Amino acid sequence: MIEYVIIGILVLLVIIFVYYFNRLNVLSNTIDNSWAQIDVQLKKRADLVPNLVETVKGYAAHEKSIFEAVSDARARMVGAKTIEEKDQAGNMLAGTLKSLFAIAENYPELKANQNFLMLQEELSGIENKVAYARQHYNDSVLVFNNLVTTLPGSIFAGILGKKTRTYLEIESKEREPVKVQF
Amino acid sequence: MRTMEEQIATNKRDSIILVGIVSVTLVALFYLFAQVYDPSLVFVFLIIAVILSTLGTIASYWYSDKIVLSVTKTREPTPIEQAHLSNVVEGLAIAAGIPAPRFVIIADDVNLNAFATGRDPNHAVLAVTSALLKVMSREELEGVIAHEMSHIENYDIRFSSMVAVLVGIIVIASQIFLRSMWFSGGNRDRKGGNFIFLLIGIILAILAPIFTQLIQLAVSRQREYLADSSGAYLTRNPEGLASALEKIKNQNVNTKVNGAVSHLYFVNPLLPKNAESLFATHPPIEERIRRLREM
Repeated sequence: MIEYVIIGILVLLVIIFVYYFNRLNVLSNTIDNSWAQIDVQLKKRADLVPNLVETVKGYAAHEKSIFEAVSDARARMVGAKTIEEKDQAGNMLAGTLKSLFAIAENYPELKANQNFLMLQEELSGIENKVAYARQHYNDSVLVFNNLVTTLPGSIFAGILGKKTRTYLEIESKEREPVKVQF
Repeated sequence: MRTMEEQIATNKRDSIILVGIVSVTLVALFYLFAQVYDPSLVFVFLIIAVILSTLGTIASYWYSDKIVLSVTKTREPTPIEQAHLSNVVEGLAIAAGIPAPRFVIIADDVNLNAFATGRDPNHAVLAVTSALLKVMSREELEGVIAHEMSHIENYDIRFSSMVAVLVGIIVIASQIFLRSMWFSGGNRDRKGGNFIFLLIGIILAILAPIFTQLIQLAVSRQREYLADSSGAYLTRNPEGLASALEKIKNQNVNTKVNGAVSHLYFVNPLLPKNAESLFATHPPIEERIRRLREM
Protein backbone atom coordinates (compact mmCIF):
# COMPACT_ATOMS: atom_id res chain seq x y z
CA MET A 1 0.00 0.00 0.00
CA ILE A 2 2.66 2.45 1.11
CA GLU A 3 4.56 1.82 -2.13
CA TYR A 4 1.60 3.03 -4.14
CA VAL A 5 1.35 6.18 -2.07
CA ILE A 6 5.03 6.89 -2.62
CA ILE A 7 4.78 6.17 -6.34
CA GLY A 8 1.70 8.40 -6.52
CA ILE A 9 3.51 11.27 -4.82
CA LEU A 10 6.54 10.84 -7.07
CA VAL A 11 4.40 10.89 -10.21
CA LEU A 12 2.63 14.00 -8.95
CA LEU A 13 5.96 15.69 -8.25
CA VAL A 14 7.21 14.88 -11.74
CA ILE A 15 4.04 16.33 -13.27
CA ILE A 16 4.35 19.52 -11.24
CA PHE A 17 8.02 19.79 -12.13
CA VAL A 18 7.31 19.36 -15.84
CA TYR A 19 4.57 21.98 -15.62
CA TYR A 20 6.84 24.59 -14.06
CA PHE A 21 9.76 23.66 -16.28
CA ASN A 22 7.64 24.24 -19.39
CA ARG A 23 6.03 27.36 -18.06
CA LEU A 24 9.29 29.01 -17.11
CA ASN A 25 10.74 28.20 -20.51
CA VAL A 26 7.67 29.33 -22.44
CA LEU A 27 7.63 32.65 -20.58
CA SER A 28 11.32 33.27 -21.00
CA ASN A 29 11.00 32.44 -24.71
CA THR A 30 8.20 34.99 -24.91
CA ILE A 31 10.57 37.61 -23.53
CA ASP A 32 13.26 36.68 -26.06
CA ASN A 33 10.69 36.83 -28.81
CA SER A 34 9.50 40.26 -27.76
CA TRP A 35 13.08 41.45 -27.77
CA ALA A 36 13.31 40.17 -31.34
CA GLN A 37 10.33 42.40 -32.17
CA ILE A 38 12.15 45.45 -30.80
CA ASP A 39 15.28 44.42 -32.65
CA VAL A 40 13.44 44.23 -35.96
CA GLN A 41 12.22 47.81 -35.54
CA LEU A 42 15.61 49.07 -34.39
CA LYS A 43 17.20 47.50 -37.44
CA LYS A 44 14.63 49.08 -39.75
CA ARG A 45 15.37 52.43 -38.18
CA ALA A 46 19.11 51.98 -38.47
CA ASP A 47 18.66 51.15 -42.17
CA LEU A 48 16.74 54.36 -42.81
CA VAL A 49 19.19 56.64 -41.01
CA PRO A 50 21.97 56.90 -43.68
CA ASN A 51 19.36 57.72 -46.28
CA LEU A 52 17.87 60.39 -44.06
CA VAL A 53 21.24 61.91 -43.27
CA GLU A 54 22.08 62.08 -46.99
CA THR A 55 18.79 63.80 -47.76
CA VAL A 56 19.23 66.37 -45.02
CA LYS A 57 22.86 66.97 -46.01
CA GLY A 58 21.66 68.02 -49.44
CA TYR A 59 19.96 71.04 -47.88
CA ALA A 60 21.83 71.68 -44.67
CA ALA A 61 25.37 70.49 -45.27
CA HIS A 62 26.90 72.73 -42.59
CA GLU A 63 24.98 71.21 -39.64
CA LYS A 64 27.91 68.84 -39.16
CA SER A 65 27.61 68.25 -35.42
CA ILE A 66 24.14 66.75 -35.67
CA PHE A 67 25.16 64.41 -38.50
CA GLU A 68 28.04 63.20 -36.38
CA ALA A 69 25.80 62.68 -33.37
CA VAL A 70 23.33 60.66 -35.44
CA SER A 71 26.00 58.49 -37.05
CA ASP A 72 27.67 57.93 -33.67
CA ALA A 73 24.42 56.80 -32.10
CA ARG A 74 23.68 54.56 -35.04
CA ALA A 75 27.15 52.99 -34.99
CA ARG A 76 26.86 52.43 -31.26
CA MET A 77 23.49 50.73 -31.68
CA VAL A 78 24.65 48.49 -34.49
CA GLY A 79 27.72 47.50 -32.48
CA ALA A 80 25.87 46.91 -29.21
CA LYS A 81 26.27 43.46 -27.66
CA THR A 82 23.77 43.21 -24.81
CA ILE A 83 20.08 44.00 -24.80
CA GLU A 84 20.55 46.89 -22.37
CA GLU A 85 23.31 48.45 -24.45
CA LYS A 86 21.34 48.13 -27.64
CA ASP A 87 18.19 49.51 -26.09
CA GLN A 88 20.02 52.49 -24.64
CA ALA A 89 21.77 53.19 -27.93
CA GLY A 90 18.38 52.90 -29.63
CA ASN A 91 16.97 55.56 -27.31
CA MET A 92 19.97 57.75 -27.97
CA LEU A 93 19.48 57.42 -31.71
CA ALA A 94 15.83 58.33 -31.30
CA GLY A 95 16.91 61.43 -29.37
CA THR A 96 19.42 62.56 -31.99
CA LEU A 97 16.84 61.97 -34.74
CA LYS A 98 14.50 64.22 -32.82
CA SER A 99 17.10 66.98 -32.90
CA LEU A 100 17.70 66.33 -36.57
CA PHE A 101 14.03 66.80 -37.35
CA ALA A 102 13.98 69.92 -35.21
CA ILE A 103 16.85 71.37 -37.24
CA ALA A 104 15.05 70.41 -40.46
CA GLU A 105 12.34 72.84 -39.38
CA ASN A 106 14.64 75.69 -40.35
CA TYR A 107 14.90 74.56 -43.96
CA PRO A 108 11.59 75.02 -45.81
CA GLU A 109 12.93 73.41 -48.99
CA LEU A 110 13.98 70.33 -47.07
CA LYS A 111 10.57 70.15 -45.44
CA ALA A 112 8.98 70.09 -48.89
CA ASN A 113 11.23 67.30 -50.13
CA GLN A 114 9.14 64.18 -50.88
CA ASN A 115 11.88 61.81 -49.90
CA PHE A 116 12.34 63.59 -46.59
CA LEU A 117 8.64 63.55 -45.84
CA MET A 118 8.44 59.85 -46.57
CA LEU A 119 11.40 59.09 -44.33
CA GLN A 120 9.92 61.22 -41.59
CA GLU A 121 6.61 59.41 -41.81
CA GLU A 122 8.25 56.02 -41.80
CA LEU A 123 10.51 56.86 -38.88
CA SER A 124 7.62 58.13 -36.79
CA GLY A 125 5.76 54.86 -37.51
CA ILE A 126 8.82 52.89 -36.40
CA GLU A 127 9.12 55.05 -33.30
CA ASN A 128 5.59 54.12 -32.33
CA LYS A 129 6.21 50.43 -32.92
CA VAL A 130 9.41 50.51 -30.87
CA ALA A 131 7.39 51.97 -28.01
CA TYR A 132 4.76 49.22 -28.27
CA ALA A 133 7.38 46.52 -28.64
CA ARG A 134 9.18 47.76 -25.51
CA GLN A 135 5.86 47.79 -23.70
CA HIS A 136 5.22 44.18 -24.71
CA TYR A 137 8.74 43.27 -23.63
CA ASN A 138 8.12 44.73 -20.19
CA ASP A 139 4.71 43.06 -19.96
CA SER A 140 6.37 39.72 -20.71
CA VAL A 141 9.08 40.37 -18.14
CA LEU A 142 6.42 41.19 -15.56
CA VAL A 143 4.62 37.86 -16.08
CA PHE A 144 7.91 35.96 -15.93
CA ASN A 145 9.18 37.79 -12.85
CA ASN A 146 5.87 37.25 -11.06
CA LEU A 147 6.26 33.52 -11.55
CA VAL A 148 9.93 33.47 -10.56
CA THR A 149 9.47 35.51 -7.40
CA THR A 150 6.30 33.96 -5.96
CA LEU A 151 5.74 30.55 -4.42
CA PRO A 152 5.74 27.86 -5.61
CA GLY A 153 7.28 29.08 -8.85
CA SER A 154 10.30 30.48 -7.05
CA ILE A 155 11.28 26.99 -5.82
CA PHE A 156 11.38 25.61 -9.34
CA ALA A 157 13.03 28.74 -10.68
CA GLY A 158 15.73 28.19 -8.03
CA ILE A 159 16.22 24.56 -9.03
CA LEU A 160 16.36 25.43 -12.72
CA GLY A 161 18.55 28.48 -12.15
CA LYS A 162 16.09 30.96 -13.63
CA LYS A 163 16.56 34.52 -12.42
CA THR A 164 14.34 37.56 -12.73
CA ARG A 165 14.82 39.54 -15.93
CA THR A 166 15.34 43.28 -16.03
CA TYR A 167 12.83 45.73 -17.43
CA LEU A 168 13.69 48.15 -20.18
CA GLU A 169 13.67 51.67 -18.86
CA ILE A 170 10.60 53.57 -19.89
CA GLU A 171 11.12 57.23 -20.58
CA SER A 172 8.32 59.57 -19.69
CA LYS A 173 7.90 60.67 -23.29
CA GLU A 174 8.10 57.10 -24.50
CA ARG A 175 4.87 56.93 -26.43
CA GLU A 176 5.36 60.08 -28.42
CA PRO A 177 6.58 59.60 -31.94
CA VAL A 178 9.44 61.63 -33.35
CA LYS A 179 8.09 65.15 -33.38
CA VAL A 180 8.95 67.77 -35.87
CA GLN A 181 8.35 70.64 -33.51
CA PHE A 182 9.79 71.20 -30.11
CA MET B 1 -8.83 39.84 -13.73
CA ARG B 2 -8.10 36.45 -15.21
CA THR B 3 -4.80 36.11 -17.01
CA MET B 4 -4.67 36.05 -20.79
CA GLU B 5 -3.83 32.33 -20.75
CA GLU B 6 -6.90 31.55 -18.66
CA GLN B 7 -9.08 33.57 -21.00
CA ILE B 8 -7.71 31.70 -24.01
CA ALA B 9 -8.24 28.31 -22.34
CA THR B 10 -11.82 29.26 -21.40
CA ASN B 11 -12.66 30.38 -24.91
CA LYS B 12 -11.24 27.23 -26.47
CA ARG B 13 -13.23 25.11 -24.03
CA ASP B 14 -16.42 27.13 -24.52
CA SER B 15 -16.12 26.73 -28.29
CA ILE B 16 -16.15 22.94 -27.87
CA ILE B 17 -19.10 23.05 -25.46
CA LEU B 18 -20.94 25.27 -27.93
CA VAL B 19 -20.48 22.74 -30.72
CA GLY B 20 -21.85 20.05 -28.38
CA ILE B 21 -24.95 22.06 -27.44
CA VAL B 22 -25.69 23.03 -31.02
CA SER B 23 -25.25 19.46 -32.31
CA VAL B 24 -27.60 18.06 -29.66
CA THR B 25 -30.17 20.75 -30.45
CA LEU B 26 -29.99 20.00 -34.15
CA VAL B 27 -30.40 16.26 -33.60
CA ALA B 28 -33.39 16.88 -31.32
CA LEU B 29 -34.95 19.22 -33.86
CA PHE B 30 -34.57 16.73 -36.67
CA TYR B 31 -35.86 13.88 -34.53
CA LEU B 32 -39.06 15.84 -33.93
CA PHE B 33 -39.11 16.80 -37.56
CA ALA B 34 -39.17 13.09 -38.45
CA GLN B 35 -41.84 12.29 -35.90
CA VAL B 36 -44.11 14.93 -37.35
CA TYR B 37 -43.60 14.01 -40.99
CA ASP B 38 -42.91 10.33 -41.19
CA PRO B 39 -41.60 8.38 -38.19
CA SER B 40 -40.35 5.59 -40.46
CA LEU B 41 -37.78 8.01 -41.87
CA VAL B 42 -36.32 8.85 -38.48
CA PHE B 43 -32.92 7.39 -39.41
CA VAL B 44 -32.70 9.44 -42.56
CA PHE B 45 -33.50 12.57 -40.60
CA LEU B 46 -30.97 11.76 -37.90
CA ILE B 47 -28.29 11.16 -40.51
CA ILE B 48 -29.13 14.52 -42.06
CA ALA B 49 -28.87 16.11 -38.61
CA VAL B 50 -25.47 14.55 -37.98
CA ILE B 51 -24.21 15.59 -41.40
CA LEU B 52 -25.57 19.09 -40.92
CA SER B 53 -23.99 19.55 -37.50
CA THR B 54 -20.68 18.14 -38.75
CA LEU B 55 -20.66 20.47 -41.72
CA GLY B 56 -21.81 23.30 -39.48
CA THR B 57 -18.95 22.66 -37.08
CA ILE B 58 -16.41 22.54 -39.88
CA ALA B 59 -17.83 25.69 -41.44
CA SER B 60 -17.97 27.53 -38.14
CA TYR B 61 -14.39 26.64 -37.27
CA TRP B 62 -12.56 27.04 -40.57
CA TYR B 63 -14.76 29.39 -42.54
CA SER B 64 -16.43 31.55 -39.90
CA ASP B 65 -14.39 34.59 -40.94
CA LYS B 66 -15.41 34.23 -44.58
CA ILE B 67 -19.04 33.62 -43.65
CA VAL B 68 -19.11 36.60 -41.29
CA LEU B 69 -17.44 38.84 -43.88
CA SER B 70 -19.90 37.72 -46.55
CA VAL B 71 -22.93 38.81 -44.53
CA THR B 72 -21.37 42.14 -43.60
CA LYS B 73 -20.69 44.52 -46.46
CA THR B 74 -16.91 44.74 -46.38
CA ARG B 75 -14.37 45.75 -48.99
CA GLU B 76 -10.60 46.00 -49.26
CA PRO B 77 -9.10 49.25 -47.91
CA THR B 78 -8.07 52.00 -50.32
CA PRO B 79 -4.35 52.93 -50.26
CA ILE B 80 -5.14 55.96 -48.08
CA GLU B 81 -7.14 53.89 -45.61
CA GLN B 82 -4.39 51.27 -45.72
CA ALA B 83 -1.76 53.83 -44.79
CA HIS B 84 -3.97 55.29 -42.08
CA LEU B 85 -4.74 51.99 -40.40
CA SER B 86 -1.64 49.89 -40.90
CA ASN B 87 0.58 51.78 -38.46
CA VAL B 88 -2.04 51.62 -35.71
CA VAL B 89 -2.85 47.96 -36.34
CA GLU B 90 0.78 46.87 -36.59
CA GLY B 91 1.76 48.81 -33.48
CA LEU B 92 -1.02 47.36 -31.36
CA ALA B 93 -0.39 43.85 -32.69
CA ILE B 94 3.19 44.21 -31.49
CA ALA B 95 1.96 45.44 -28.11
CA ALA B 96 -0.34 42.42 -27.84
CA GLY B 97 2.37 40.06 -29.07
CA ILE B 98 0.30 38.66 -31.95
CA PRO B 99 0.77 38.81 -35.72
CA ALA B 100 -0.79 41.87 -37.35
CA PRO B 101 -4.27 40.87 -38.57
CA ARG B 102 -5.57 41.52 -42.08
CA PHE B 103 -8.04 44.37 -42.16
CA VAL B 104 -11.04 45.29 -44.28
CA ILE B 105 -13.41 48.24 -44.45
CA ILE B 106 -17.13 48.16 -43.79
CA ALA B 107 -18.67 50.55 -46.30
CA ASP B 108 -20.59 52.79 -43.90
CA ASP B 109 -19.98 56.51 -43.83
CA VAL B 110 -22.24 57.24 -40.86
CA ASN B 111 -21.75 54.70 -38.13
CA LEU B 112 -18.63 54.28 -36.05
CA ASN B 113 -18.12 50.59 -35.55
CA ALA B 114 -15.70 47.70 -35.87
CA PHE B 115 -15.45 43.95 -35.38
CA ALA B 116 -12.91 41.16 -35.49
CA THR B 117 -13.40 37.60 -36.63
CA GLY B 118 -11.39 34.47 -37.44
CA ARG B 119 -10.43 31.33 -35.56
CA ASP B 120 -7.18 32.39 -33.90
CA PRO B 121 -4.68 35.26 -33.94
CA ASN B 122 -2.98 33.78 -37.01
CA HIS B 123 -6.21 33.83 -39.01
CA ALA B 124 -7.82 37.01 -37.76
CA VAL B 125 -9.55 39.70 -39.75
CA LEU B 126 -10.29 43.15 -38.45
CA ALA B 127 -13.08 45.26 -39.93
CA VAL B 128 -13.77 48.94 -39.30
CA THR B 129 -16.34 51.24 -40.83
CA SER B 130 -15.13 53.91 -43.23
CA ALA B 131 -16.72 56.51 -40.94
CA LEU B 132 -14.57 55.36 -38.03
CA LEU B 133 -11.40 56.18 -39.96
CA LYS B 134 -12.69 59.62 -40.88
CA VAL B 135 -14.02 60.72 -37.51
CA MET B 136 -11.73 59.26 -34.87
CA SER B 137 -8.52 60.91 -33.73
CA ARG B 138 -5.44 58.74 -33.60
CA GLU B 139 -5.83 58.06 -29.88
CA GLU B 140 -9.48 57.14 -30.25
CA LEU B 141 -8.74 54.89 -33.21
CA GLU B 142 -6.02 53.20 -31.17
CA GLY B 143 -8.54 52.66 -28.37
CA VAL B 144 -11.04 50.95 -30.66
CA ILE B 145 -8.43 48.85 -32.45
CA ALA B 146 -6.88 47.84 -29.11
CA HIS B 147 -10.31 46.64 -27.94
CA GLU B 148 -10.61 44.48 -31.06
CA MET B 149 -7.01 43.34 -30.68
CA SER B 150 -7.87 42.00 -27.22
CA HIS B 151 -10.77 40.01 -28.69
CA ILE B 152 -8.29 38.51 -31.14
CA GLU B 153 -5.59 37.85 -28.56
CA ASN B 154 -7.85 36.05 -26.08
CA TYR B 155 -9.68 33.92 -28.70
CA ASP B 156 -13.00 35.70 -28.18
CA ILE B 157 -13.11 35.86 -31.96
CA ARG B 158 -13.12 32.07 -32.27
CA PHE B 159 -16.02 31.64 -29.90
CA SER B 160 -18.04 34.62 -31.11
CA SER B 161 -17.62 33.74 -34.78
CA MET B 162 -18.61 30.13 -34.13
CA VAL B 163 -21.67 31.36 -32.26
CA ALA B 164 -22.59 33.53 -35.25
CA VAL B 165 -22.42 30.63 -37.72
CA LEU B 166 -24.00 27.95 -35.51
CA VAL B 167 -26.80 30.22 -34.32
CA GLY B 168 -27.48 30.97 -37.98
CA ILE B 169 -27.75 27.26 -38.79
CA ILE B 170 -30.20 26.58 -35.97
CA VAL B 171 -32.33 29.56 -36.95
CA ILE B 172 -32.44 28.41 -40.58
CA ALA B 173 -33.31 24.78 -39.62
CA SER B 174 -36.13 25.98 -37.35
CA GLN B 175 -37.43 28.29 -40.05
CA ILE B 176 -37.50 25.48 -42.63
CA PHE B 177 -39.31 23.28 -40.15
CA LEU B 178 -41.93 25.87 -39.28
CA ARG B 179 -42.54 26.94 -42.85
CA SER B 180 -42.77 23.47 -44.31
CA MET B 181 -45.28 22.55 -41.62
CA TRP B 182 -47.37 25.48 -42.71
CA PHE B 183 -47.66 23.99 -46.19
CA SER B 184 -47.90 20.30 -45.35
CA GLY B 185 -50.61 20.67 -42.71
CA GLY B 186 -53.74 18.59 -43.28
CA ASN B 187 -52.25 16.38 -45.99
CA ARG B 188 -52.05 13.34 -43.83
CA ASP B 189 -54.14 11.80 -41.11
CA ARG B 190 -52.31 12.32 -37.89
CA LYS B 191 -52.62 10.11 -34.88
CA GLY B 192 -52.72 11.48 -31.36
CA GLY B 193 -49.04 10.77 -30.74
CA ASN B 194 -48.08 12.67 -33.82
CA PHE B 195 -50.06 15.64 -32.69
CA ILE B 196 -48.15 15.87 -29.45
CA PHE B 197 -44.89 15.63 -31.34
CA LEU B 198 -46.12 18.30 -33.68
CA LEU B 199 -46.84 20.56 -30.75
CA ILE B 200 -43.48 19.88 -29.11
CA GLY B 201 -41.84 20.35 -32.47
CA ILE B 202 -43.40 23.74 -32.99
CA ILE B 203 -42.51 24.86 -29.50
CA LEU B 204 -38.93 23.66 -29.83
CA ALA B 205 -38.57 25.21 -33.27
CA ILE B 206 -39.67 28.50 -31.83
CA LEU B 207 -37.62 28.19 -28.67
CA ALA B 208 -34.36 26.91 -30.20
CA PRO B 209 -33.46 30.18 -31.91
CA ILE B 210 -34.39 32.11 -28.79
CA PHE B 211 -32.19 29.92 -26.61
CA THR B 212 -29.30 30.16 -28.99
CA GLN B 213 -29.77 33.89 -29.09
CA LEU B 214 -29.63 33.93 -25.31
CA ILE B 215 -26.29 32.11 -25.49
CA GLN B 216 -25.14 34.76 -27.92
CA LEU B 217 -26.17 37.52 -25.53
CA ALA B 218 -25.08 36.09 -22.24
CA VAL B 219 -21.59 35.40 -23.46
CA SER B 220 -20.89 38.68 -25.13
CA ARG B 221 -21.54 41.36 -22.51
CA GLN B 222 -18.81 40.40 -20.07
CA ARG B 223 -16.48 40.00 -23.02
CA GLU B 224 -17.00 43.62 -23.98
CA TYR B 225 -16.00 44.93 -20.55
CA LEU B 226 -13.01 42.63 -20.53
CA ALA B 227 -11.92 43.73 -24.00
CA ASP B 228 -12.35 47.36 -22.95
CA SER B 229 -10.04 46.94 -20.01
CA SER B 230 -7.45 44.82 -21.84
CA GLY B 231 -7.59 47.30 -24.70
CA ALA B 232 -6.99 50.19 -22.33
CA TYR B 233 -4.08 48.24 -20.88
CA LEU B 234 -2.57 47.80 -24.34
CA THR B 235 -2.67 51.49 -25.18
CA ARG B 236 -2.05 52.56 -21.56
CA ASN B 237 -4.68 55.16 -22.32
CA PRO B 238 -8.28 54.45 -21.20
CA GLU B 239 -9.29 57.96 -22.16
CA GLY B 240 -8.76 57.28 -25.88
CA LEU B 241 -11.31 54.47 -25.82
CA ALA B 242 -13.68 56.40 -23.55
CA SER B 243 -13.69 59.40 -25.86
CA ALA B 244 -14.22 57.09 -28.86
CA LEU B 245 -17.29 55.70 -27.10
CA GLU B 246 -18.52 59.24 -26.46
CA LYS B 247 -18.34 60.02 -30.16
CA ILE B 248 -20.13 56.78 -30.98
CA LYS B 249 -22.89 57.58 -28.50
CA ASN B 250 -23.54 60.89 -30.23
CA GLN B 251 -23.21 59.79 -33.82
CA ASN B 252 -24.44 56.24 -34.39
CA VAL B 253 -27.89 55.57 -35.77
CA ASN B 254 -29.83 52.34 -35.76
CA THR B 255 -28.44 50.08 -38.48
CA LYS B 256 -29.77 46.82 -39.84
CA VAL B 257 -27.24 44.05 -39.71
CA ASN B 258 -27.63 40.30 -39.85
CA GLY B 259 -28.85 39.33 -36.37
CA ALA B 260 -26.44 36.41 -36.14
CA VAL B 261 -23.40 38.70 -36.22
CA SER B 262 -24.63 41.68 -34.18
CA HIS B 263 -22.73 40.51 -31.09
CA LEU B 264 -19.42 40.71 -32.93
CA TYR B 265 -19.47 44.48 -33.27
CA PHE B 266 -17.63 46.97 -31.11
CA VAL B 267 -20.95 48.63 -30.21
CA ASN B 268 -24.33 47.14 -31.04
CA PRO B 269 -25.39 48.32 -34.50
CA LEU B 270 -29.04 47.74 -33.57
CA LEU B 271 -29.58 50.41 -30.97
CA PRO B 272 -31.75 48.74 -28.34
CA LYS B 273 -34.60 50.67 -26.81
CA ASN B 274 -33.64 49.36 -23.44
CA ALA B 275 -29.97 48.65 -23.14
CA GLU B 276 -30.42 46.83 -19.84
CA SER B 277 -32.79 44.30 -21.35
CA LEU B 278 -32.15 40.58 -21.41
CA PHE B 279 -31.65 40.77 -25.16
CA ALA B 280 -28.92 43.40 -25.24
CA THR B 281 -25.71 41.93 -26.68
CA HIS B 282 -23.64 44.85 -25.45
CA PRO B 283 -23.40 46.65 -22.15
CA PRO B 284 -24.69 50.23 -22.21
CA ILE B 285 -22.17 52.65 -23.69
CA GLU B 286 -22.47 55.01 -20.70
CA GLU B 287 -21.49 52.19 -18.36
CA ARG B 288 -18.49 51.28 -20.52
CA ILE B 289 -17.35 54.90 -20.48
CA ARG B 290 -17.82 55.11 -16.73
CA ARG B 291 -15.71 52.02 -16.10
CA LEU B 292 -12.95 53.25 -18.39
CA ARG B 293 -12.81 56.64 -16.71
CA GLU B 294 -12.53 55.00 -13.31
CA MET B 295 -9.39 53.08 -14.26
